[in-house]
Order: sequence, then structure tokens, then C-alpha cells
Amino acid sequence: MTALDPRPSVIADRLKKVKKITAVTGWKGGIGKSVTASTLALLLTEKGFKTGLLDLDLTGASCHFILGAKKAFPREDMGLVPPFVHGVKFMSISFFSKGRGVPLRGANVTDAVIEMLAVTLWGELDHLVIDMPPGIGDAALDALKFFPKARILAVTTPSPVARDVLRRSLAVYKGMKVPVAGLVENMSPAGVPRDPRLDAALGDPEKLLRTAFAKKLGFLTRKLF
Amino acid sequence: MHEWALAESVIKAAAEHAAERKLKRVGEVAVVFGELQAIDLEIFPFAMKELAKKRPLMASAKFKIIKEPAAFRCRACSAEFDLKRFRKESDEAEFIHFVPEMAHSFIKCPSCKSPDFDIAAGRGVYIQHIKGSK
Repeated sequence: MTALDPRPSVIADRLKKVKKITAVTGWKGGIGKSVTASTLALLLTEKGFKTGLLDLDLTGASCHFILGAKKAFPREDMGLVPPFVHGVKFMSISFFSKGRGVPLRGANVTDAVIEMLAVTLWGELDHLVIDMPPGIGDAALDALKFFPKARILAVTTPSPVARDVLRRSLAVYKGMKVPVAGLVENMSPAGVPRDPRLDAALGDPEKLLRTAFAKKLGFLTRKLF
Repeated sequence: MHEWALAESVIKAAAEHAAERKLKRVGEVAVVFGELQAIDLEIFPFAMKELAKKRPLMASAKFKIIKEPAAFRCRACSAEFDLKRFRKESDEAEFIHFVPEMAHSFIKCPSCKSPDFDIAAGRGVYIQHIKGSK
């Protein structure tokens, strides 16, 4: 027999008590995916849902910064148990990088994603929110493969460039039969307006939840959860 | 103790593979431990044995442990190197233990200092072979 990677065999088991998985995507960088994913996780927790947040943007992880997860670290107990950050069960490669960059090629990204999914013990969750990397590269494709129940929450901006990329991304998800639950138009008067107080609230979940950004995001997504 | 999660994957994957081959009993599972991940060589075999007891197909399996040295090849200058020259701080070793790809954050090519290298061998845990009877 050829060498057998055992890790994928347990990934579905790790997720069997997770009721709903929402992958926050957008194929352009800088459109607010991570802030949207992190804030969404905080809003769901505030509503009383057991919520997890997985930062899958391995080479550009930023949810830990947005949540202010400075002292958090997973606990070892027959696997890795994600720490609670402001009530959200949170897992990120940033726990293991010591604040350094994580320069990974595609095959390394897949290996790291499989490793994290195989050893992370999420337990019972109502919602798992995934902060997806920009584009549809290795980590994003791995997520769609290993989270077959996931639905997409797409983020875009009013920029014609972002909208063009969005159009193509939605066509790909449709072709892959991945359900798209909704679309958040960020930095837009028609969607979630640009919030001048947002930057100052990053790193402080309490402040973040009180921003106009969080309130509008909560309003727009209220029927999805 | 996160070794238990990986040991569980070995037992489940081996049992699934044996079932596909219609084996009635698994006699031996050869498990490779890559040097980079530095798996605990006491906990992991113990965990495999304990977990195997819960699956009739695997209950009498022996586990052959094969240690594989880490080997790296630089993508920038093609230099080949190993782990011996690197002195990782204890927390860095722990982070690589959890996710071996973190080596790219802490190890650089000794020739050109690039973090862009392939882990050619000795990354982590995999099953080399499964022997059993039909």
C-alpha cells in the first residue's frame, strides 16, 4: 500500500456536534472579511448561541487581533480544545506563530489545515463561523471539502472591481453546489456603511459590539441565524 | 496530550483501510513518526493500543514505530539541510509539535536564510503499511 495520511479520517467526527457552519468569504483582500467573521461570531454569542470561530486565513490571520485574543491559547486534552475569547471558541494558526509571519506554499497550507481540523475539539456548537482566506486557493478549497455542510456568507464592497470578483465567485460556488446564504456589502450606504469608530474598537470585543458596524451587521444577518 | 487526537486518526484510518481490504484481523500497523513534529514516543503508542482495544478488527494489532529524520530542501537556493543545526526555543518546538508547518516561521535555510523550503521528509505522522489476515 502507499503511505496513508490518517488525519482526514477524524475531521468529520470533530464537527459532528456543530449544527451550522458559515464560511465568510470574499475573493478580494481588504474588504472586511475578518472583521465581519469576528463580529458575527461575537453577535451570535451575544444572542446566546454556542459559537466557534476558525481563522482559516493562515498566511494573513487577523481574527486574533480583532478579538484581542492576546493571552488565549488552546488547552491540550486528548486534542486541542479552543480557548474562549469573549465567549467565542476560537482557533487560529496565530496561536502557534509567536507573532511572526507564516510563509506557506499551497501543499503546506493544506497540511496545516488538515492538522488543525484533525486535532481541534470543537465540542457542541450552534454555529461555527469560518474566516476564509481571500480567493479560492488551497485553504478555501480544503474548507469546502472538509466542511460539506458549510454555507457561504459573501462579503464585498461597492468597488466595481470587488463586484466583478464577487460575480465570478458566486458562479463558482453555484457550480460547486455550495449554498450561498447571504451577501454583505461592506463600506456601503446600501449595506454596512463605513464606520469611523471601527478601527478604534478592534481588539476590544465590548467596544466592537457597540459600533454602528456591528449593529448594522447584526440587523442584516438577523434572518440567517 | 494532543497525541491522543492523532492516535485516534491512525486507529480509525487503519480500521477503515482494513475493512476496505476485507481483512478480518489487523496484525500490524507500521506508523511513521516524523522528527519535525516530535511526537511523544511513550504517549502515542500507549494511546494507539488503548484506542485499538475498542475496535474488534484492531484489538490484536501490533504497532511498529518507524522514526523518520526531518529533511528540508530550499526552494530558493536548492540547499538541502536537516534539523540538527537548529536550536529551537522550547515554545517554538511546541508550536511546531502542534502544527509542523510552523517550521516555516521559525526555521530558515542555513545557506540563503529563506523560509521558502520543502519539508522533504520527517514532517509528521502517517501509516506506512497495514498487515492482516482475511
